[in-house]
Amino acid sequence: MLAYAIRRLGQSLFVLLLMSALVFIGVYAIGDPVELLVNPMADEAERLRAAAALGLDRPLLEQYWSFLQGAASGDLGKSFVFNVPALSLILSKLPATMELAFVAMVIAIAIGIPLGLVAGLKPDSFIGRTIMAGSILGFSLPTFWVGLVLVMIFSVHLGWLPSNGRGATVLVAGIPVSFLTADGLAHLAMPAFNLALFKLSLLVRLTRAGAREAVLQDYVKFARAKGLTQSRVIGVHVLKNILIPIVTVIGLELGSVIAFAIVTESIFAWPGTGKLLIDSINQLDRPVIVAYLLVIVTLFIVINFVVDVLYSLLDPRVRLGGASAAH
Amino acid sequence: MADAEGTGTAAAAATGGAAAIGPWARFRAEFAESRLAMVGLALLAAIVVLGLLAPVISPQNPYDLAQLDVMDSKLAPGEESATGKTYWLGTDDQGRDMLSGILYGLRISLGVGITSTVFALAIGLFFGLLAAYFGGWTDTLVMRVVDIQLSFPAILIALVLLAVLGQGVGKIVVALVTVQWAYYARTVRSAALVERQKEYVEAARVLALGRARIVFRHLLPNCLPPLIVVATVQVAHAIALEATLSFLGLGLPITEPSLGLLISNGFQYLLSGKYWISFYPGIALLLTIMSINLVADQLRDVLNPRLRR
Repeated sequence: MLAYAIRRLGQSLFVLLLMSALVFIGVYAIGDPVELLVNPMADEAERLRAAAALGLDRPLLEQYWSFLQGAASGDLGKSFVFNVPALSLILSKLPATMELAFVAMVIAIAIGIPLGLVAGLKPDSFIGRTIMAGSILGFSLPTFWVGLVLVMIFSVHLGWLPSNGRGATVLVAGIPVSFLTADGLAHLAMPAFNLALFKLSLLVRLTRAGAREAVLQDYVKFARAKGLTQSRVIGVHVLKNILIPIVTVIGLELGSVIAFAIVTESIFAWPGTGKLLIDSINQLDRPVIVAYLLVIVTLFIVINFVVDVLYSLLDPRVRLGGASAAH
Repeated sequence: MADAEGTGTAAAAATGGAAAIGPWARFRAEFAESRLAMVGLALLAAIVVLGLLAPVISPQNPYDLAQLDVMDSKLAPGEESATGKTYWLGTDDQGRDMLSGILYGLRISLGVGITSTVFALAIGLFFGLLAAYFGGWTDTLVMRVVDIQLSFPAILIALVLLAVLGQGVGKIVVALVTVQWAYYARTVRSAALVERQKEYVEAARVLALGRARIVFRHLLPNCLPPLIVVATVQVAHAIALEATLSFLGLGLPITEPSLGLLISNGFQYLLSGKYWISFYPGIALLLTIMSINLVADQLRDVLNPRLRR
């Protein structure tokens, strides 16, 4: 286990280094930030001064090297636009994104797994078919368009929910959260549901497939033969066994929820990291783009690692680090 | 879904007519068993035809600025303009007829989706077969790259690529291919690893056939069924992803609006109640993606040997 963790860590550092180089070189190719930052009336000398102040006059390799040196001590450069450290800018926006992602995941789990169970236990019934048709619809609806339709219905037509922003927040352990205030909840409802919809459909399908297979297994027949109640057979025997793949997918999808929050945040003007990324791309704020990507890559590496470990704990048949890991 | 009844009878007819036992006939009959899938297929066929015929059937050429009348901008669906023209799906802020915009947009969305899928399929196929056939370090290298890439969400990779590359049809195809090839490589490899062990490959080797011949004439055709399923799903993904990227302003330029860009364009007018600029392109996008998904779902069932009845 320890050897596995160390090897994984080494691999992760390599991936991180590789990504940082790719991202740095890639982002370097986007436009010229001096054009945007300096007054268009400025003369050549002033442009050069601005470029020198941002460190843009040095060779690319030298810039990358000083970036790496800074990164090792937690300094990912300063935002060209806001003139504050890029990392702290991102960390200040991260709680909003995390809250949105977690609430979306909770919605997806709370609705998706029960619906999937029903559809899996009664696959040919009207309700089972309806749930499956609904999940195909959920898969097919483009996330951003659903967001627009939600705004159209609940903000423009009914006027029930606000269409943008985060609403009132309260500090919990120094971190601002929205879900504890009524105003915050009203702001959170639409973006969270919007983000949840795709994962909800995924969980319905996954749970349904698992339940359909599980009810045919001998252990379920045996549990029934013992005279256990239906709710115990389903709630304990079936659910416990189909939960393993579901937990894995939930863990892996958490990363993709954070990535897809870019879209949802743009629609609902949710002040998170995704909106920051899009704004930074439009403003050519290179340090913020690079820092965002490195933070996200690190986050994904951590999530993937935790999921792998959780998987081995949930399912004793899985051995980490052995020959079987080379799938 | 008003045409459900019509295609339902067509489905029944197809099932009845498939008494001859060829692989194609059996495939057709099994596919037609799901009425929903037949509805999806009919819808998809209609959408493709509409997209292909867009220049012929559109009331107006939405790219030709000379045909646009700013006086007609932001008209509601069905409203008659001052010059007596009726725009059935309304107009956008530049006076562009939404119906024409959607038909042309469908053309671009489908074109981008299919082109990127074909290229990604070819590249993924090549590397997947390479990895499976040679094994060893070739396999390790290819699959490591695939694993690393698949551990990041497609939208993130595409977003970064487009931020670097800039806008344009060619660039978005490059981004979509880069994102997608890994799915095919993985699918082909796992299928090929299973097929490689089978006796017909051994027989081909005994006959001293060339490597290329074994790989492409024997191994490849038998790896196709799972690939077809993945490719169908991926066309839908590619179209959705292109629309999303265009919506974020990173996909196609405004001169060639795809469905995503039309929706994005209408977003700013949504809050003032002018819903149609975003709503109808969204419906077109939804129907396109849904019809592909319906077909893909049934293909998966029909082509899955584990569900073979």
